[in-house]
Amino acid sequence: MTVKGLMAAALVATMAVGAAAAAEDGLKVGMITTLSGGGAGLGIDVRDGFLLAVKQAGAPIAVIVEDDQQKPDIAVQLADKLIQAEQVDVMTGIIFSNIAMAVVPSAVVQGRLYLSPNAGPSQLAGAACDPNYFNVAWQNDNLHEAAGAYANSAGLANTFILAPNYPAGQDALTGFKRFYTGELAGELYTTLGQTDYAAEIAQIRASGADSVFFFLPGGMGISFLKQYSDSGVDMPVIGPAFSFDQGILQAVGAAALGVRNTSQWSPDLDNPTNAAFVESFQAEYGRLPSLYASQGFDTANLLISAMGKADFADRDAFRAALKEADFDSTRGAFRFNTNQHPIQDIYVREVIQDGDIFTNRIVATALRDHGDAYAADCPME
Amino acid sequence: MSTVLLLEQLLNGLQFGVMLFLMAAGLTLIFGVMGLINLAHGALYMIGAFAAATVAGLTGSFLLALVAALAAAAAAGALIELAVIRRLYGRDHLDQVLATFALILILSEGTRWLFGSFPLYLDVPPWLAGPVTLPGGIDYPRYRLAVIGVGLAVAAGLAWLIAGTRLGIRIRAGEADREMIAALGVDISRLYTLVFALGAALAGLAGALVGAIQSVQVGMGEPVLILAFVVIVIGGIGSIRGAFVGALLVGLTDTAGRVFLPVLMLPLVGAQQAATVGSALASVAIYVLMALVLIVRPAGLYGRV
Repeated sequence: MTVKGLMAAALVATMAVGAAAAAEDGLKVGMITTLSGGGAGLGIDVRDGFLLAVKQAGAPIAVIVEDDQQKPDIAVQLADKLIQAEQVDVMTGIIFSNIAMAVVPSAVVQGRLYLSPNAGPSQLAGAACDPNYFNVAWQNDNLHEAAGAYANSAGLANTFILAPNYPAGQDALTGFKRFYTGELAGELYTTLGQTDYAAEIAQIRASGADSVFFFLPGGMGISFLKQYSDSGVDMPVIGPAFSFDQGILQAVGAAALGVRNTSQWSPDLDNPTNAAFVESFQAEYGRLPSLYASQGFDTANLLISAMGKADFADRDAFRAALKEADFDSTRGAFRFNTNQHPIQDIYVREVIQDGDIFTNRIVATALRDHGDAYAADCPME
Repeated sequence: MSTVLLLEQLLNGLQFGVMLFLMAAGLTLIFGVMGLINLAHGALYMIGAFAAATVAGLTGSFLLALVAALAAAAAAGALIELAVIRRLYGRDHLDQVLATFALILILSEGTRWLFGSFPLYLDVPPWLAGPVTLPGGIDYPRYRLAVIGVGLAVAAGLAWLIAGTRLGIRIRAGEADREMIAALGVDISRLYTLVFALGAALAGLAGALVGAIQSVQVGMGEPVLILAFVVIVIGGIGSIRGAFVGALLVGLTDTAGRVFLPVLMLPLVGAQQAATVGSALASVAIYVLMALVLIVRPAGLYGRV
């Protein structure tokens, strides 16, 4: 099952002189991401977004892509290989927080820069923040916090909330409750990987709730939404973008129509960078980009912007250049907080049908210039 | 908790159990007749779901999709039996586990290669969509009732097949004494292929039925496979009746655990922790059930010691 590392050769300038010179003129990036198993769609989108940005800029970056198979132990082996044998300068790509926690702390201690295109566990945003670690996506709680804020503004006062019983699921409900001010009609944890939600839906129906907030990433969300829509319960559903993203919307179909979800990005977000990104991504890969693809694209462009400002050999200057975040983000205004996590707007999207395609469009802004709750614990300034 | 909700949860448990039975029946049949531990059973479930999603997408007909799921899973099963499984009957269980685990990887990555990494679309047909109001005022999804119906019909059909047909006699004879029925002139290798294809078809049917209300994606079969093994261990390995009773027990226990344990935890650990602790306990409820059954009856409910 091991997918062999493939050299994505975007190394225009370094091609002639060979890989050894890459460290001098360009950069060597090690990407560990999930390309097989149930979470493969996410990793593929991050990879494709990242490589598209590198290709468009013609930047002297050599990317080595590795598949972690969604397993922390495999990811740790791959990280050792990338750091010790391949001597990469920068690492990126990890999708899942548990894998990030297994790889990132040791990589940054070994002097590698890590740019996170997806996972944002609270530990790395708070006390364990690191000058070598930049998160270009969000802190894990962010989208859930925005959902809580949106529930208030939408006048929802008695929400039923559920998530899988694992750290990111507990963070999701904590994040939602941090901003939500109404009553809770019920709070439920499901088993991770659960596929049948009949019992939960019956409880939701009996609870007298006026709305449902759920965080069930990937296949779990598809199952829940199909069953919920078929059960005849028709109160409004809100959730983070993860359950309503481009990769899975086609599989959910009409059951997702009209659902409100929170995201820092949307394909219809109105700025020139995003319009060009959506168009070129479709032209290159023949599908609409997802949230994850936009994060991969932004991560690469952040790196490219820093390469234009500072020499990688001068690590302090390079980190400072990264921290300026002087690049055109697909999500518009983007800057880093003191803990090197984003401060950005988070939007509310609605699932719509455009011809045969199910996609999202922005209906409101949930939170403006939103940072995260852990920055205060981070000793960096 | 009201009676209506209680009855609805009972139906949910029943439906979950019936779905598990479709998976477990094939697994236990294959183990009973051929003595083979088939880890790739979950992959056949996935093949059924993918075939159904493809055909439903092309033709728009759910019934054709079910037929395609049965046919594709049975064909895949027969092919696997002829190419790989046939060489494993004489070997010990560890070799079988190793080879069928390899089959999981090959079939999963093969499916990904054909269909890509993104989940497919398969929905409940319009004539089974939406809820229906049962006597007593329970709103219950029509599709889930249909799944219960199909599952019970398959159970009755299997019971008739085993007890009342020539094939059933051969299957039972094969379970009891392989050498003897081969000596009596029954083409044992054809019987094995047939039984394997039958088990595969049942898994494919389960995959297609469940795919309509769940996510059709690579790797969807493995979580169900684990539950199916729990079912056949509780029911007694090799027994169709055991698989049926075991499946209903597991379905009801799992549903009851998910519903009641968080509530029961409330006075013990407080509202803050009840949801997490209750959910954690609910996920082990069926394994506790399995352990209890094995203490009382080490060979399972209907197993031969």
